[in-house]
Amino acid sequence: MTDAPNAATMTTGADTVWVEHEAFIDRIPRWVAMTLLFVFVVGLWDLVTRMGWVSAIILPTPGETLADLIFVGQNLMSGGYMLEALWTTTLTVFYGFLIAVAIGFSLGLLVGETKFGERAVMPYLVAIDTMPKVAFAPLFIAWLGFDISSKVALAAFIATFPIVVATAAGLYAASENERMLFKSIGASRMQTLIRLKLPTGLPYIFTGLKIASVGVMAGAITGEFLGGGKGFGALIRQSASQLDTPRVFALILYLSLLGLLLYFTVVWAQRRFVFWNKSDRPGGAA
Amino acid sequence: MVAQPLSKDPQPAASSTRPVYEIERLSKTYARNKLVALDNVNLTIQKGEFVSVIGSSGCGKSTLLKIMAGLMPPTTGRVVLEGRPVVGSRPDIGMMFQQATLLPWKTTIENILMPIEIREGRKAAKEATTRAMDLLQLVGLGDFANVYPGELSGGMAQRASICRMLVSDPAMLLLDEPFSALDELTRDFMNMELQRICTERNATAFLVTHSLAEAVILSDRILVMRARPGHIVEDVRIDLPRPRTLEMINTPLFGEIVAHIRDLLGKEAHE
Repeated sequence: MTDAPNAATMTTGADTVWVEHEAFIDRIPRWVAMTLLFVFVVGLWDLVTRMGWVSAIILPTPGETLADLIFVGQNLMSGGYMLEALWTTTLTVFYGFLIAVAIGFSLGLLVGETKFGERAVMPYLVAIDTMPKVAFAPLFIAWLGFDISSKVALAAFIATFPIVVATAAGLYAASENERMLFKSIGASRMQTLIRLKLPTGLPYIFTGLKIASVGVMAGAITGEFLGGGKGFGALIRQSASQLDTPRVFALILYLSLLGLLLYFTVVWAQRRFVFWNKSDRPGGAA
Repeated sequence: MVAQPLSKDPQPAASSTRPVYEIERLSKTYARNKLVALDNVNLTIQKGEFVSVIGSSGCGKSTLLKIMAGLMPPTTGRVVLEGRPVVGSRPDIGMMFQQATLLPWKTTIENILMPIEIREGRKAAKEATTRAMDLLQLVGLGDFANVYPGELSGGMAQRASICRMLVSDPAMLLLDEPFSALDELTRDFMNMELQRICTERNATAFLVTHSLAEAVILSDRILVMRARPGHIVEDVRIDLPRPRTLEMINTPLFGEIVAHIRDLLGKEAHE
């Protein structure tokens, strides 16, 4: 008399349906999870400031920040001096990005398409890239003065390198077989570049542009911190020096909208132009 | 006479044999590491013949194919296609690779027309659209002309790349392990398709493969190659009747041929 009853139940042909257990934390839907986290962080923030654990100069209450957020928003809407400052920064970022794309793409082509670029230009680029680029800010101010051009230069300088590297990497991305195919059908170097290497490299180039879009914002604001002027960065520095922390918070939030706008413009362009780049494409190149 | 019109009748011209591809005293040395990749290779391929080359990796078969395609210069020797020396890529050579290498941003039909577009421009490509459609019908992809390669299966993608190879009506097909990335059932099917297409067009083909069975079922001749230095040890004639079928794999003659080639290849492995 060992496992007789057990053996008996095994012979009845009941379905072995069972439910896979999923932990509670993995079952929360996205919007609930996001709201929960937001409420938790703001609640904690409120508690910390309300109880006076952190000085109001260091961390304003959520309420104060919200009030300033509304104040700055109204100023922006009514075309006040803050809108002018935001416009200045927007222009800086726009020009900086444009210059970075032009220079970065050209250098990337030189490095990725020619042996000379790979052998001679790339080592110098790597050397410059490893330097802390913000340290060049005083130089740009000395060369170009305190107006927008020195900030544009710093922003472009920071944003150029990711585009160079991404473009060069993209041009290397075409497979050996694809290059052989183009060679075998007698494609010229230019045809191979335009019809094979550049389209293949587009996903890489867009990745570089995304990194650059973040870098160009950092460059523009750093430039405005160090070189003054009329931009949003100067406003933030002013408010900070007056210990107006809620204003600093509000300004940073609005500034982040500018960054998001640029970033998602690049993402949109990528979806539009690299429509084929899905996670798997069995028919295409491996 | 480079680009012949495609609309010639598929007559069985096998009776009038003439050499399409001639290779004499071909050798290739990679100077930097003094490696002799190919040593004194002589080879003549007749019109309508299907020739395979088989050998272990490093026996120089890929080098041979690249030189035949005009993608790489030989160190010494003569390489002649249709009476003209091969000194660079040629429009009368069609190539196929292990991967389909279809461009994912072009539709199937655009991919097939790409060689013509590159060589002769957009207008010529447009004029060749009907021809490309006929080819797609030939390989059973008629309904997939305007689909992007991402939506094709591996076998379908390789069939599309067969069309791309054939669209400029090449005198010589160079096949570089074209089906080795496919699963075995698809591969058998594709081999039979390839035989049908080659027979219909009386095509001359040169296949590099790792698969003994594939080489035997498709070829009129198999060149067995060995490494260090790369050379042809034997030119094996396959006397199986045509058209070949997959059932022939089970015949004694097939077994004898495979055993013979395996023996030739095996000797090297034990040396």
